[in-house]
Amino acid sequence: MTRPTRRAGDFALPARVLMLASSCAVLGMPLLAGCTENSPTGSSGATASANPRALTVQATDTECNLSATSAPSGTLTFAVTNGGTKVTEFYLYGEDGKRIVGEVENIGPGITRELVLKIEPGNYLTACKPGMAGEGIRAPFAVSDSGEEQGTAAGDAELVDQANAKYREYVEDQTEQLVAGTARFVAAYKAGKDDQARTIYPVARMHWERIETVAESFGDIDPKIDLREADLEPGQKWTGWHRLEKDLWPARAKNYEPLTKAQRAVYADDLMKNTNVLHDRVGKLTYNADEIANGSRGLLDEVATGKVTGEEEYWSRTDLWDFQANIEGALVSFEGLRPLLKERDPDLDRLIAARFADVQALLDAQRVGDGFKTYDKLSKAEIKQLSDAVNALSEPLSNLAAAVV
Amino acid sequence: MTSTQHVREQPAETEADIASLEPSRHKSGVSRRGLLGAAGAGLAGLAAGTAAGFAIGSDENSPASTQLAGTRTYPFYGEHQAGILTPVQDRLHFAAFDVTTGSRAELVQLLKDWTAAAARMTQGLGAGAVGPTSGPYGAPPDDTGEAIGLPPAGLTITFGFGPTLFRKDGKDRFGLADQQPMALQRLPHFPADKLDPWKSDGDLCVQACADDPQVAVHAVRNLARIAFGRAAIRWSQLGFGRTSSTSTSQATPRNLMGFKDGTMNLKAEDPAAIDMHVWVPATGDRKGRWLAGGSYLVARRISMTIEIWDRQPLSEQERVIGRTKAEGAPLSGGSEFSQPDFHAMGSDDEPLVATDAHVRMVHPSNNGGAKMLRRGYNFVDGSDGLGRIDAGLFFLAYVLDPRTHFIPIQMKLGLGDGLSEYVQHTGSALFAIPPGIAQGEHVGQAMFA
Repeated sequence: MTRPTRRAGDFALPARVLMLASSCAVLGMPLLAGCTENSPTGSSGATASANPRALTVQATDTECNLSATSAPSGTLTFAVTNGGTKVTEFYLYGEDGKRIVGEVENIGPGITRELVLKIEPGNYLTACKPGMAGEGIRAPFAVSDSGEEQGTAAGDAELVDQANAKYREYVEDQTEQLVAGTARFVAAYKAGKDDQARTIYPVARMHWERIETVAESFGDIDPKIDLREADLEPGQKWTGWHRLEKDLWPARAKNYEPLTKAQRAVYADDLMKNTNVLHDRVGKLTYNADEIANGSRGLLDEVATGKVTGEEEYWSRTDLWDFQANIEGALVSFEGLRPLLKERDPDLDRLIAARFADVQALLDAQRVGDGFKTYDKLSKAEIKQLSDAVNALSEPLSNLAAAVV
Repeated sequence: MTSTQHVREQPAETEADIASLEPSRHKSGVSRRGLLGAAGAGLAGLAAGTAAGFAIGSDENSPASTQLAGTRTYPFYGEHQAGILTPVQDRLHFAAFDVTTGSRAELVQLLKDWTAAAARMTQGLGAGAVGPTSGPYGAPPDDTGEAIGLPPAGLTITFGFGPTLFRKDGKDRFGLADQQPMALQRLPHFPADKLDPWKSDGDLCVQACADDPQVAVHAVRNLARIAFGRAAIRWSQLGFGRTSSTSTSQATPRNLMGFKDGTMNLKAEDPAAIDMHVWVPATGDRKGRWLAGGSYLVARRISMTIEIWDRQPLSEQERVIGRTKAEGAPLSGGSEFSQPDFHAMGSDDEPLVATDAHVRMVHPSNNGGAKMLRRGYNFVDGSDGLGRIDAGLFFLAYVLDPRTHFIPIQMKLGLGDGLSEYVQHTGSALFAIPPGIAQGEHVGQAMFA
């Protein structure tokens, strides 16, 4: 689905910011009865205030004051408050002052952001960067050996690299198939072979839907390819798949005037051209774990808002093809991150995998031949079931990014 | 698709509530406001966005003049579930759920998770232990946040089990068939029912009542979120004004017909009557032993044709109800709380309280002495396509046995109640309401033993 006002966040989240769940420890708040149970370690509010791993950073335009210059190894929390007038950043560097151990960006004036990191014993440098430029205001920071297991897996970086490489390959492959499928569709449509075009339409679009969150990141191309009539702005020209969809399935349209052969050629060539542009651009993309994980959740969001509701393929009613493709794309993202997730949170891994299987089982029940039932043939109870299963999967999937980053 | 097809129904928001300032009977934990205040203090002016804090755990027993509206809390744990005898709050969000998992273990875990979240939210805390604005920046918070800064508002959350939880389409879904109380059966069809299946029935129910609508909605929303994958909302209903009192300290409110409602309601101050009509006794049927100390909840969505009603002469309106509109006194005379005299005759040799008057039909003296604890709410779900307000009464009644305390009465109403000309039942459900629990237990634990 393409909506004119799209969330920009799916591929723009700040990476490397790991935050943990203890608001008490983080904020170093005394006296909070509610915090007693908030604390994952079960420590009381009174001791939480003395937690040597909970640090505050007072950043101004000229200063960077930490509540302590050392801490025992383990999970450290830096609550960074920007008391200055410029947007600031906070970094923890390795001893060489170059290797970034952790960072939190875009802290506006008056804002507090938390940086939570697992830190091994050693010497580090902290830095605030008011104005987000330059070397920053640096100071040494020492981490003593507390003897606690760090639990960081040596191979994590490698696993992330593998996930990224795999996903990149997948997106490229799908884009190539999209180009090929679009070419077949365009040829049939221009030649007036409507039955053939109608058969190719949902199948070719699956390649688009599998990588929808990536394709949508190109804000100029996406609306030209995938905009729905309902989402047009006044004066905006309607092009792309759904324009041709309406021409092939005009049954629900009022007083529809079919496109002429010449018009067909114009719209079809335009779709082909834009799909080729997409292909060129996708080849230059790289992904990190955060983007892959959020892309997976993003595809489920697409299912929930456009496919379960039957809004995406208003004319053709082929929403279940898109549904299946969104799920497949999300599953590929998830599978790529599983080696990492299994280490970090095996319960979440099992839960997400089981919920993917549940959704797929429901979709499989709607298969007809090589395809699916059309949306208008689904009962209200069947749609509710699909919707429930999508919610059931999306909820744990929304925690994937934080678990693997 | 045309843009009009994108229009989705939005629940009608009601105006902010001005909660009572009367002192609470219960001592509060740390309220959401208290929590916020403390957070503000802890941050020592670091977070510009943090509202000015209130004293931590502002004492509910302090003089009313220093209290905030809505700071009242009710304990979640106890002999009976809260939200039954509790003085009826002003707002309701009620939700019925279908269990979507087939696993008994997952069902039990859901009840555990719900118990933990409800215990927190009723004390003015967030749904999860982390909080609405904390936790990993790359993950969604474990509370949705719309209750930040709102007081506990007397929130109660009451859970129940529908007949289909025990057996559905002849199948014992969770090994609970032997625990299904005899009286927990789908309510029969009553004359003139026009039930919408998507506003009826359900495996589980959640009744969230509060003096602030957003606090009630927040509770149901977060419980629904916790349930994803195990249970899904089947239907839900907002109510914006109570239509009965459960305490003598409360004034009798009015329903959307403009009449006082619930004058004769059971009151918490009459424990003998409550025991006789509300709580399931320990001497019940063998299968329902776990329900002792619990109750049955009858939920009926009663639509009113209020435009028609409003065109009726005052004389007809009073005749149909059997009470005066002004004070609510029975037409046989007296004041609101006078007992009606059904034998008193008027000049035309007709009884002063008409033979089909609502008050006559439902009066305990005409129903084998049966009384209900009613806890219903007015609702308006927008309007229909003809410009008619989709309004009515969301009827909630707690009784110790629907077979003696609801079904015969409703059967009679459907046939002969003068009021039935102006109302239509559009939703229906029955739930068993388990007894209260102690800290460390989960809702319905006795049923799984």
